[in-house]
Amino acid sequence: MDPSSLIRKSENEWWITPVGGMRVPGVIYASERLVREMDEKVREQVSNVATLPGIQRASYAMPDAHWGYGFPIGGVAAFDPQEGGIVSAGGVGFDISCGVRTLHTGLTLDEVSSVKGRLATSLARSVPAGVGSHGRIHLDDAELDAMLRGGAQWAVKRAFGVAADLDVTEEHGCMPDARPEWVSSRARRRQQDEMGTLGSGNHYLEVQRVAEIYDTTTATAFGLRTDEVLVSIHCGSRGLGHQIGTEFLKEMAIAEGSFGIAIPDRELACAPVESELGRRYLGAMRAGINCALANRQIITHLVRQAFADELPAARLTLLYDVSHNTCKLEEHRLDRAPKPVFVHRKGATRALGPGHPDLPPAFSETGQPVLVGGTMGTASYVLVGTKDSERLSFSSSCHGAGRAMSRHEALRRWKGRQIVDELASRGIIVRSPSSRGVAEEAPGAYKDVGAVVEAADHVGLSRKVARLEPLICVKG
Amino acid sequence: MGQIQSSGSASASWEHFSHDADIGLVGIGPTKAEAFRQAGIALTAVVTDPVSVQAVTAVPIVCRAPSDELLLVEWLDALVYEMAVRSMLFGAFSVDIADGELRATAWGEQVDLERHEPAVEVKGATLTALQVSPTPGGGWRVQCVVDV
Repeated sequence: MDPSSLIRKSENEWWITPVGGMRVPGVIYASERLVREMDEKVREQVSNVATLPGIQRASYAMPDAHWGYGFPIGGVAAFDPQEGGIVSAGGVGFDISCGVRTLHTGLTLDEVSSVKGRLATSLARSVPAGVGSHGRIHLDDAELDAMLRGGAQWAVKRAFGVAADLDVTEEHGCMPDARPEWVSSRARRRQQDEMGTLGSGNHYLEVQRVAEIYDTTTATAFGLRTDEVLVSIHCGSRGLGHQIGTEFLKEMAIAEGSFGIAIPDRELACAPVESELGRRYLGAMRAGINCALANRQIITHLVRQAFADELPAARLTLLYDVSHNTCKLEEHRLDRAPKPVFVHRKGATRALGPGHPDLPPAFSETGQPVLVGGTMGTASYVLVGTKDSERLSFSSSCHGAGRAMSRHEALRRWKGRQIVDELASRGIIVRSPSSRGVAEEAPGAYKDVGAVVEAADHVGLSRKVARLEPLICVKG
Repeated sequence: MGQIQSSGSASASWEHFSHDADIGLVGIGPTKAEAFRQAGIALTAVVTDPVSVQAVTAVPIVCRAPSDELLLVEWLDALVYEMAVRSMLFGAFSVDIADGELRATAWGEQVDLERHEPAVEVKGATLTALQVSPTPGGGWRVQCVVDV
């Protein structure tokens, strides 16, 4: 993207002046280098989102923003239903409630190093990953309903975790107002055998070490110590979420004319929050959020089993579980008074600052952990929510590195074996059923996650706490 | 957008084009149905080499939509659904389109990790870069971006 087409407000803040049908400005938080690396389509999509009814304050793009469908990935926008505000399936994305959960292991690098290979094999065997993989849990229709209503709380009741896990999961593990009856039979069918599966693409299960701490006080509050070994899980609502997303995207596209909403591009298909379709999508989408929370909870259980086999001294406790593809009803301060708005975060992590009433008690003083995934060869980060992020971005921050090149370009440049060998020489074990999948996910195919996190930190979307480096990566 | 990978005869072929995080599919054919068929092959090529997929099982697919473009999305979504619930990949297709209804058969087999080396699951078809249009030469070109 050409930075000269934007108004630079500060080192990492760029504005798009409202023109045409834009109701609010566009705001991109990124360094000049990251802006230059962004596709021109990001600017177009940020501007298009700004035309949607009921949008509040601005249409935002996080530092890792890239070309999505309808909304950019890394896009944040809030809508007021009292002003005709909308909800958009494309503004959430197909992988509803995709997110990251990070676990402490209570072990140090030294304690894990000697069994790293065995642990990698055990994790790859325990957690199904990749195309065509099925979980070991089959849910009948009644059990699916219970899962879609209960989320991680359902999973814990079924012995896939402990109550303490829920204390540090968004929504206490259960998204309220989920409506399983609005989830189609095809979406249900896709999920029956996919619980506890990782998926493919950029999803992963990583064993990591805390490589560097930037903020000792917050790191201590989060229980993070240098060279502690952690586990991070990145995945979402699997086939059920994908099916809900695709079905409602089409339904919104077909119904769009009936709402009298003028949209600049069909891919912004949406429905008023206060419409039957809008309410139905929200109910189904919330069931999708519960599916993702339950899925990550089951994977946590499988990871604990694998660790118990290889490293019985491990005590896997949850740091936090946070989603980055959601639409949530939240109160935000606009003008003078707080008011309820529907915040779409598509590839953007919620980043509630200290004192926020929705925080789990464990983080009320610090702000929430913001978990940002990197690539299998670089680093992931733990950041913390700030008070400023409410004003800057409806309490949102970046979610990952963001792709710098297409899958085909990656495939042209790298071979899977070459990536696996290269990472092995750096002490990183990769386990994946697909060599081609590894090549498409080559670390070099992504932007510099460090630059993304720097920009988020500098502008105040969230603050750096710790950098995590991969030791083992299980990919689909 | 640039042509990345393609296959087929002069009159019928498929291509992929670049999209930051996802993949664009193109189907080209002398008829609309053939262009849709080619798009089906392009979809499989996102996951694996379509030539590696044997035609062991036939799966019937019927879908309807109020426009040609949404019919393309329905067609690709139907294939994604069948791949997911059957753990199958499809390498060959027959497609007929009449009065806004698509009737097809997809031939394929169970995913074989060794042989197919499947790269990535497709989540669904999007409305991005979505087009179904006649070409100047009298044929058809269809395209859209799929989310992976």
